Amino acid sequence: MKLIKTTAIAIATAATASAALAGPVMDKIISQGHVQCGVSQGLPGFSNPDANGDWSGIDVDLCRGVAAAILGDADAVKYSPLSAKERFTALQSGEIDVLSRNTTWTATRDTALGLNFAGVMFYDGQGFMVRKDLGVDSALELDGASVCTNQGTTTELNMADFFRANGMSYEPVVFEKADEVVAAYDAGRCDVYTTDTSGLAAQRTKLADPGAHKVLPEVISKEPLGPVVAHGDDQLLDAVKWTIYAMLEAEEMGLTSKNIKNKAAVDTNPAVQRFVGNEGSLGEGLGLSADWAYNIVSQVGNYAELYEKNITPIELPRGVNSLWTQGGLMYAMPLR
Amino acid sequence: MAEKYTPGTHPDLPPPKNLVGPAAWIRDNLFSGPVNSIMTLFCLYLLWVIVPPLVNWLFLNADWIGTSRDDCSKEGACWVFIDVWMRQLMYGRYPAEEIWRINLSYILVVLTALPLFFKAVPSKVKGALAGVLLIVYPIVFFYLYVGGSFGLEFVETPRWGGLFLTLVIAVTGIVASLPLGIVLALGRRSEMPVVKSLCVVFIEFWRGIPLITVLFMASVMFPLFVPEDLSPDKLVRALVGVALFSSAYMAEVIRGGLQAIPKGQYEAAAAMGLSYWKSMLLVILPQALKMVIPGIVNTFIGLFKDTTLVLIIGLFDLLGMAQAAATNTDWLGFTIEGYVFAAFGFFVFCFAMSRYSQRLERALDTGHK
Repeated sequence: MKLIKTTAIAIATAATASAALAGPVMDKIISQGHVQCGVSQGLPGFSNPDANGDWSGIDVDLCRGVAAAILGDADAVKYSPLSAKERFTALQSGEIDVLSRNTTWTATRDTALGLNFAGVMFYDGQGFMVRKDLGVDSALELDGASVCTNQGTTTELNMADFFRANGMSYEPVVFEKADEVVAAYDAGRCDVYTTDTSGLAAQRTKLADPGAHKVLPEVISKEPLGPVVAHGDDQLLDAVKWTIYAMLEAEEMGLTSKNIKNKAAVDTNPAVQRFVGNEGSLGEGLGLSADWAYNIVSQVGNYAELYEKNITPIELPRGVNSLWTQGGLMYAMPLR
Repeated sequence: MAEKYTPGTHPDLPPPKNLVGPAAWIRDNLFSGPVNSIMTLFCLYLLWVIVPPLVNWLFLNADWIGTSRDDCSKEGACWVFIDVWMRQLMYGRYPAEEIWRINLSYILVVLTALPLFFKAVPSKVKGALAGVLLIVYPIVFFYLYVGGSFGLEFVETPRWGGLFLTLVIAVTGIVASLPLGIVLALGRRSEMPVVKSLCVVFIEFWRGIPLITVLFMASVMFPLFVPEDLSPDKLVRALVGVALFSSAYMAEVIRGGLQAIPKGQYEAAAAMGLSYWKSMLLVILPQALKMVIPGIVNTFIGLFKDTTLVLIIGLFDLLGMAQAAATNTDWLGFTIEGYVFAAFGFFVFCFAMSRYSQRLERALDTGHK
């Protein structure tokens, strides 16, 4: 009886809440005082535990940015490490509020799974790594090569497509775990190692002589990674989406966690004044405080700072993740 | 030779030199024939190939002191990695200032369990201590670990991890599965059709699905069925899953013991006018459980190692923590050290359980062998 009653109440509150201005998840975040954020169990540069027991990585910093925007405190985040298989259920069942777990934005996930992608934090894609002394400059010269990769992943399928499409033969050498793949490649059991470029960069540091290897320019798949929220709370979707844009916009305007306090006080540029919330009503439209973007940048940083802190240590150049003004794909919608 | 001594006057001579001593032992055991000689040489060669590099890697070339990866040469193991991550490997992300709670529980368990190993302690005291260990402590420790009451800070379960989490899952499974298993085993042998069929269905259901499926159902499917407010914590769901799963295995081990008891014992207990529960508790179970100690401990050890599967539902046990630590950008590439350390940790516990069971078998041996 109690179960039925609670269920009825839950359905009733869900129905009325969605009619109200603030979304149900947004309300929950504000009332519980923290953002429950789903992250990966450990992916170098994206989310991994550090020796103090905290989480770090660019996915983690997105969570911190969302918390700074909604609650004004970047530390008001609780992390749920999730395996790849349980991540969407955790979001659908309401166990987590935001999923920031190197998740590729695909049509199926965005629609049929009842999820909304808020944007792209990192443009990833499958690449190839070879030994420098192999004398290969392009993936199109890899005819007849033996290729190490992970078993049963899209990586393996993409590789098969790529070689077939270009009329090249190859010999796959597959392993279950990433560590085994790296060890095999390092031991010379294959000529090429293929996985996502972020993975290639991270795994390269494990090799005996990282300097003797190089990543080929071809990227054979699109893996836009971004944060996800569940359907049914447009306000939260807006908040997460504009958190990413605020980080990018801050980089474009030259606002960093170090100088934003000073610039907010002295800079007369109206765009900066709008950004930090001294003018205009950006926060109002989002249902957030006026200084939401200021909080993101002052407490977490702009996109360049996040990249340098998290991704640069795994020796991955900005590439397509540069701002559009520098030839990359990162483009923030105008904040006005 | 025989004619040198008259019968009865044979002196006590030492055995011939070539039949005693290390040389004789080696000849008899290692080089007794061409096949054995080849095998021995081959094994010596294998040891020669394997052991020196292993010792070099583990100890001689290993780096023990330091605080970052720069303190490690790449020639040997980098135990600095383990040292730096020790707190996480032991306690997960449990807040540093609250770790005393976990240590306190360890100390309490050791102090309470220690008297059980001495014969001089009266059995009534032992019984009381065992009761405290199995009934009082689980409740006390639950409040101690979770906090949120008695002035203790609340520590949510995603922060639990490392060896601590491994022990929580394994001990919960072990403590819950034995009584549940006994009840299920008795139920399966019951003559009451409803009880019997319920137990059969339960046991066959849980034995029929892999633990990984149980954990997935608990972690992924269960929250979809129940409203969010009613859904228990992910760790609790995993614990219940592990306990039910292992109790099904335990039930079958114990049923094996029950079936090995001669029918005469059942009849004798009945003839003395003992009720069902009295005859079970006083006559049948003490004999049956004693016989299946190896099977019970085998299940315990299996369960202890199976706890590593919680990695797939996002919980960081000892092994998971070691893997996660090696994904930190400052510590990429130290997975092998992590695996070796985790293996060592698991070995210590499993070996201890195995030795304890052998001790228990000897102590309880009443001549059935």
